[in-house]
Amino acid sequence: MNHMHMKINDATQHGKVGLIPFLPAGFPNREQFWKELEALDKAGAAVIEIGMPFSDPVADGPVVEKASLRSLADGIDLNWIFTELKARKGQFNAALLLMGYLNPVYQYGLEAFGADCEAAGISGLILADIPHEESQFVKDAIEPHGVALVPLIGLNTSRERMQLYAENASGFCYFVSVLGTTGQQKALPDRIKEKLAEAKAVFDIPIALGFGIENPAQLARFDGLMDAAVFGSALISHIESGKSSAEFMQPWA
Amino acid sequence: MKKGYFGDFGGQFIPELLMPPLIELEEAMQTILPSEEFQTRFIQMLKENVGRPSALTYCRHMSEDLGLDLWLKREDLNHSGAHKINNTLGQGLLAKMMGKEVLLAETGAGMHGVATTVAAAMLDMKAVIYMGAEDVVRQAPNVNRMRLMGAEIVAVESGTRTLKDAINEAMRRWLADQENTHYCFGTAAGPHPFPELVREFQQVISKEARQQFMDRTDGALPDVVVACVGGGSNAIGMFHHFVPDASVKLIGVEAAGTGEPGCDNSAPLNLGSSGVLHGMKTKLLQTDAGQIMPSHSVAPGLDYPGVGPEHAHLQDIGRAQYVTINDNQALNAFVTLSRREGIIPALESSHAVAYAIENKDALKGQSVLVNLSGRGDKDLGILDRIL
Ligand SMILES: Cc1ncc(COP(=O)(O)O)c(C=O)c1O
Repeated sequence: MNHMHMKINDATQHGKVGLIPFLPAGFPNREQFWKELEALDKAGAAVIEIGMPFSDPVADGPVVEKASLRSLADGIDLNWIFTELKARKGQFNAALLLMGYLNPVYQYGLEAFGADCEAAGISGLILADIPHEESQFVKDAIEPHGVALVPLIGLNTSRERMQLYAENASGFCYFVSVLGTTGQQKALPDRIKEKLAEAKAVFDIPIALGFGIENPAQLARFDGLMDAAVFGSALISHIESGKSSAEFMQPWA
Repeated sequence: MKKGYFGDFGGQFIPELLMPPLIELEEAMQTILPSEEFQTRFIQMLKENVGRPSALTYCRHMSEDLGLDLWLKREDLNHSGAHKINNTLGQGLLAKMMGKEVLLAETGAGMHGVATTVAAAMLDMKAVIYMGAEDVVRQAPNVNRMRLMGAEIVAVESGTRTLKDAINEAMRRWLADQENTHYCFGTAAGPHPFPELVREFQQVISKEARQQFMDRTDGALPDVVVACVGGGSNAIGMFHHFVPDASVKLIGVEAAGTGEPGCDNSAPLNLGSSGVLHGMKTKLLQTDAGQIMPSHSVAPGLDYPGVGPEHAHLQDIGRAQYVTINDNQALNAFVTLSRREGIIPALESSHAVAYAIENKDALKGQSVLVNLSGRGDKDLGILDRIL
């Protein structure tokens, strides 16, 4: 069983939702980033998503985009991410996941990327611009290293397509709560329920709900239909306003 | 070949949430596009509203000046001033018949935005146009035209504030509004099926030009066919029916910017490398770490760090050759064609004309057919800088 799956199971077996915070690598700056990660880990994150900055993040909303572009301007790249992670291998209780877009990974070299993920203790990968149709060459490069390609599905994903993703999927399934980009909504639409139930029936790995999530109260309606929650924009804004990650995580504990 | 690929290039590198509308579009291409109703209406619109077939013009003075036979395919004479209208009427009609109400588009020079707005007005749809804030300033006449014809214009402030960022924002909007909205992509690039769809609507250029040329030359074919390459739609339209003619040299002209070594340019086929952006695997201007680099050209419509995948393939297999022309060479062609023939070309098309001027010695005695993709009214503001 993939490490991310295990960590989310740990939470759900205790009657909790698995917590999946997202931060762009190097945010808010190089040193502080690792302190935030340690704090998120201590506060009980099941999986921590580390953003790999990209110049053209089409699936991201303004908050994530701005934070990522700032990291990019600071010179954060895959070399930095892997070097720093290798130095900290084994120090995190949470499973670690890299999130980004294909091109930087493609230029790094997929084989080298897979090997470095393993060496750095990464157990999952999200590439926002890789649908099922283009996923095989990515899987071939990372799966031998124990890294799962996390499928993203949403309100417009048919059951048929869910089944395509469910075949051999490991880690968890990321359910995008909106038709849109990250961090752009306040109210989660009711039709999420129906689609979540469909996903629950199709996937035998945990389902994480993400995009536009900022507090546990939003999730009460989806009890039993999801196993984990991803939050990015809300956490980034919280840190930007000078508050701590630990404080953000508290209501979820 | 894998579906949606031209050799190594193409594909569908987009978020899963955009797959359903792309699949819907692909289905419409298979069912609606070949239908008699679509074809009849489309051909009628091209004739009645666009003014097709567009003329083939022999340039008497420049041919004499250069010592070659210079021919122009006159897409500048199309309604709204460029080849873009062929594509927007095609996609607009397809979208209308799919039951969509909104045409969403990105635009660089504004020509595609204008053409989308025209299509929306003709088809009783709404046009939403994303344009880089920088281009909104550079191409003000086109912004005014779009406003007059009723488009909603969104000035994009993110990134380099040009076409690349307009595409990013338009894709985000499409993600959110996919039910009622068709993303009327402006060039033969982006995720499958756009490169094929746009080529389908632009191939009329070479279909007409090839026949017109043969009619005027007792059946001879041109020696060289030239088109400027931004995203690559006018060029693929101009090349398509000549691809099987082995004797015809196909030349795509990319923008070299100022032309100095290391300057910002828009020449991914000449100066870029393989990568993935805007839904496609293609040649890109990028750093070693895979970040997309800012592009530049004096012609906003060429100012794009990527290129349609079919061009990357034609280059790969050696069927087409891609060269560069810099800003000053293009400006020279802009002035030369205006003075010698009374035709004001778009700055984009001026790059293609400049190829003939700059290579006149090598081309001596040959027949050179240039696609004049658009007219230069939109670029008149630049005259203050050069005259
Ligand atoms: C007149 C004209 N020519 C050429 C282009 C370049 O686009 P493409 O290479 O897709 O034809 C543009 C784009 O705006 C244009 O306006």
